[in-house]
Amino acid sequence: MQTHLTVHPMPRTKIDLPHIEYLSILDEDAKLDKALEPKIAPETLKTMYKYMLLARRTDERMLLMQRQGRMGTFPQSSGHEAISMGSAIHLGKTDWHVPAYRELAGLLFRGWSIETTLLYWNGFEEGAMPPEGVNDLPVCVPIASQLLHAAGLGMAMKLRNDNSVVMTYFGDGASSEGDTHEAMNFASVYQAPVVFVCLNNQYAISVPISKQMRNETIAQRAIAYGMPGIRVDGNDVLAVYVATEEAVARAKRGEGPTLIEGLTYRFTPHTTADDPKRYRSDDECALWTKREPLARFSKYLIAKGVYTEKQLQELEAELDATIKSSIVRVEEMAQSEELANPLSMFDYLYNDIPPYLNEQREELKNHLEQVEKAKNNSGVSPQKANAH
Amino acid sequence: MAQMNMAKAINLALFEAMERDDKVIVMGEDVGPDEGVFRITEGLFHKFGDKRVLDTPLAESGIMGTAIGMAIYGLRPVCEMQFSGFDYYAFHQLECHASRFRNRTRGRVTVPVVMRAPYGGGIRALEHHSESREAIYAHTPGLKVVIPSGPRNARALLHSAIQDPDPVIYYEPKAIYRLFKEEVPEAMETLPIGAAQVVRKGKDITLISYGASLRATLEAAEMLEEEDGVHAEVIDLLTIAPMDATLIIESVKKTGRAVVVHEGPRTCGLGAEVVARINEAALLYLEAPIKRVTGFDVPIPYFSKERFFLPDPERVLAASRETLSF
Repeated sequence: MQTHLTVHPMPRTKIDLPHIEYLSILDEDAKLDKALEPKIAPETLKTMYKYMLLARRTDERMLLMQRQGRMGTFPQSSGHEAISMGSAIHLGKTDWHVPAYRELAGLLFRGWSIETTLLYWNGFEEGAMPPEGVNDLPVCVPIASQLLHAAGLGMAMKLRNDNSVVMTYFGDGASSEGDTHEAMNFASVYQAPVVFVCLNNQYAISVPISKQMRNETIAQRAIAYGMPGIRVDGNDVLAVYVATEEAVARAKRGEGPTLIEGLTYRFTPHTTADDPKRYRSDDECALWTKREPLARFSKYLIAKGVYTEKQLQELEAELDATIKSSIVRVEEMAQSEELANPLSMFDYLYNDIPPYLNEQREELKNHLEQVEKAKNNSGVSPQKANAH
Repeated sequence: MAQMNMAKAINLALFEAMERDDKVIVMGEDVGPDEGVFRITEGLFHKFGDKRVLDTPLAESGIMGTAIGMAIYGLRPVCEMQFSGFDYYAFHQLECHASRFRNRTRGRVTVPVVMRAPYGGGIRALEHHSESREAIYAHTPGLKVVIPSGPRNARALLHSAIQDPDPVIYYEPKAIYRLFKEEVPEAMETLPIGAAQVVRKGKDITLISYGASLRATLEAAEMLEEEDGVHAEVIDLLTIAPMDATLIIESVKKTGRAVVVHEGPRTCGLGAEVVARINEAALLYLEAPIKRVTGFDVPIPYFSKERFFLPDPERVLAASRETLSF
């Protein structure tokens, strides 16, 4: 790889660069490449499936709630479960998980509750608070900037001889941001233990990958950074599992970062505010919906005898019940004094609240009391008072 | 001509500007067939094609940096940043380059570029989608910052921005994109950049605002009239940089009292600048300290609580009464 130090004979010679592989193990018809099949313990397979299904059902339920006005605008994660879960499964307690915003399966697996997820997308800062003791950063709405944090976490591990790894995520659109380039270059220069996982769902809102870049794969950019890169079928959880397992092992051996591109599709809108009919055909969407990751994985699990059909149905019912009770709980939480208190906006900005901010806190407190008093006197409902 | 909302009026201005000058190029994320996430570029791609309407890769620094290049070449790029919360990536290009080329080259290289971005809260949006950070740009020498408050002035100001020989930040208060309609005349209009307007005449107190907060301010002015018999004069800044201090000072010399209203954070916000200008030129006319009704010095809360952050008529009313009774 150190070609820049090599003296080449004149006049023009070819520089050999690594090639980029594509990996697929379990195809869209659940056909398995036996030779490539990873050995995964049945319990681990169950865990992976459970969180993928939980993420899918939660996402679908959130969409219904959003349509009923019980949920804010949110980016759907359906279709991205295999990339998220097939990679996050390799993370242990000291490893870090740095998401973008479609890694719901991985977040739930890492210990984020359904309640927290619902709170976040329903407009509560409390939903961005990682569970205690979990090395995760919260969802990152700005595009690509989290990759630098991941690189920094990895650099710190390297500096401190910490044998852990960082798994971070970004989309095909994010690959165009300068921060993506900087993060991969830093991670590579410092040989930081970072696995960059690209969820290439082929659209950045409306912009297709063909207008985003001229390179055929995102994975091939790894060559330029001097790190290994691979494209996998992002709807094939086994392929994701294998590629990320190799990357994690490499990182823990001190051999630096890896770029893994999972090719997938967002068969839902970008967010609930988006109308994908404006930029892609129904046929294309139907084709890729057929390739989604859960159906083929469940067939694989049944074929392997990990689950019976009936057990899968029971699992789904069980998860649906969990989601349902979480929704009830979270809608109560949202009304609680602690979460509904607007004065909390002042309380977490700094370690110590500065005097001028305390004054503003008092100002808002007094104002709300005055408004409440005035409304009580005039008999107008308090809801109206807050309607602006 | 027709009644239309502000989103439509901005769209109309883009359409007209592109028709009258083929150097005008629209570029940004999803501005093509998707017609922008707020549909502000509706119909443009269809009418003008992909050589005039550029769906760019997802990279705000890239959009602004290449727009600077195009502007130097002689085109008139109008960049759309999808949300103002993402234009910080473009800030470096604006601060270090767009704002400085004229000065550095003693007038030889100029950058007639427009950056449009929806800004502000009030639409229950995701994190990073509700900021009001116009002061950052107002604080940057070499940039002009324009903020419309309704359909008619939105269309006129966008024409002025596109025709301006220097870089202009055109911030669109997204909470009022489709809030109300207004008569927009058939003939193309411009409004001078750097000129504020008195939108309500009064003699007792001057209320100064811009963008979406102007609505709360006008509502408070009505309440003052109805409940207290106070005649408030309301000024719509329209351009926050360079600011029309003359109009503000004239009004304050008459009323002796002032309140500034905006949703951006208070510290080093536009209100601070307004207060300083008044103090410099009309201190001895003041009957009371000038009040600021602003967003607080915290990131705008995520949407379950954003309404407590945004100035509302009650807060403007309370501040006005304190000023009046000082």
